[in-house]
Amino acid sequence: MGKNFKSLLVAAFSLGMMFFYNSSKAQDSVHHATEEHGKAEGGHATEGKFDVTKTILEHIKDDHSWHLWGHTSLPLPVILYSDKGFEVFSSSNLVDAHHEPAAYQGNYLYKTVEGKMKVVNADGSIDEAATKKVWDFSITKNVASLLFTVALLLIIFLSVANAYKRHGVKSAPKGFQSFMEPLILFVRDDIAKPNIGHKYAKYMPFLLTVFFLIWINNILGLVPFFPGGANVSGNIAFTMTLAVFTFILVNINGNKDYWKHIFWMPGMPVAMKIFLAPIELLGVFTKPISLMIRLFANITAGHILVLSLICLIFIFKSVFAATIAVPFAIFISLIELLVAFLQAFIFTMLAAMYIGMAIEEHHHHDDHEPHYHEPDVA
Amino acid sequence: MVVGSVAAIGAGLAAIGAGIGIGQIGKGAVEGIARQPEAANDIRANMIVAAAFVEAVALFAVVVALLGNG
Repeated sequence: MGKNFKSLLVAAFSLGMMFFYNSSKAQDSVHHATEEHGKAEGGHATEGKFDVTKTILEHIKDDHSWHLWGHTSLPLPVILYSDKGFEVFSSSNLVDAHHEPAAYQGNYLYKTVEGKMKVVNADGSIDEAATKKVWDFSITKNVASLLFTVALLLIIFLSVANAYKRHGVKSAPKGFQSFMEPLILFVRDDIAKPNIGHKYAKYMPFLLTVFFLIWINNILGLVPFFPGGANVSGNIAFTMTLAVFTFILVNINGNKDYWKHIFWMPGMPVAMKIFLAPIELLGVFTKPISLMIRLFANITAGHILVLSLICLIFIFKSVFAATIAVPFAIFISLIELLVAFLQAFIFTMLAAMYIGMAIEEHHHHDDHEPHYHEPDVA
Repeated sequence: MVVGSVAAIGAGLAAIGAGIGIGQIGKGAVEGIARQPEAANDIRANMIVAAAFVEAVALFAVVVALLGNG
């Protein structure tokens, strides 16, 4: 008992330290941003006007390089396709010695403007017509982080799968297996089975993939240093991809009853059927859109909250503001740990619910009692 | 003179709505658990899911406010 309590304390302390590190890290980079901004304002040095919105948006958006510490960044490959063909170069070419964006002569003269790749003229003005011809396939920070996550998930699940192959499914799980087994059973017993019904097995691979991909990306987004720190699940393109896959899966597997409930609602007067059809059809699209926005907004809002608390120090220009801001930021970070799990759970559960609604078999339409359709969950 | 954006007022209104919504959910859940303590786990799980729905609507408003600001 005593030993357990002690290890719990150590765990809590290390977690606390981690978030302290987070905060101090964020301070460094905010300070850095202030300096930069001060320079841009025209040499007012560090006392220049501090733009909170700009600083925060800079931290949550995608980038062509991966910030490590201080003035050190990991350069990432830039892959561009234009009418002159493919070209690949390092993103370190796009910054000068003072870490300001610089122009690079490839097939065109490239420069990053607010993180976006633009074609510029010799005098520095943006050439919009030429920019439209360039397709950016770069391995950006988010893409690199996503690849890292994929590698991590493969290592975790292949090792666990091999353990099951070696010891069989009947024997007690060992080591890391005993950590993963309850999580996988949680997805099966609390998400898939109650929402989908007896045909759940077919959809388990999708649900497990979505659940663990979102969860691990959410957690890595909270880790402030190198392999983490990219705002992947707070990127609307990432959440849109997941939502589109859910949309395709739901509508491909939708049975006759599902489509009948959309276009010709049973148990309703004809006028009502005609009235309901466009609303139900709209519902087909609003469901994945709400999935997309919910995950994006929750994760982005969490990041913004932590960053704005840290920004308080620079708004008040006093180190004493840190005594309030840092504990609050730690508190919010701990809540975000819960949100990271909760959002993965909710996305998976809603996907399961939508699939369940699409493949549900209605046996009670033969009797002529009025049938009340359950309200849609948006 | 007070300077600010209309988007901030919108976000504030959304926060009021979400506050009322989550308050109602909490009230319902606590009442349910008080009546039937053995169902506490099921009620809690459903409460969290419902609260996440309400919270999501407030966050939609935050996103709209953010876009409106930029």
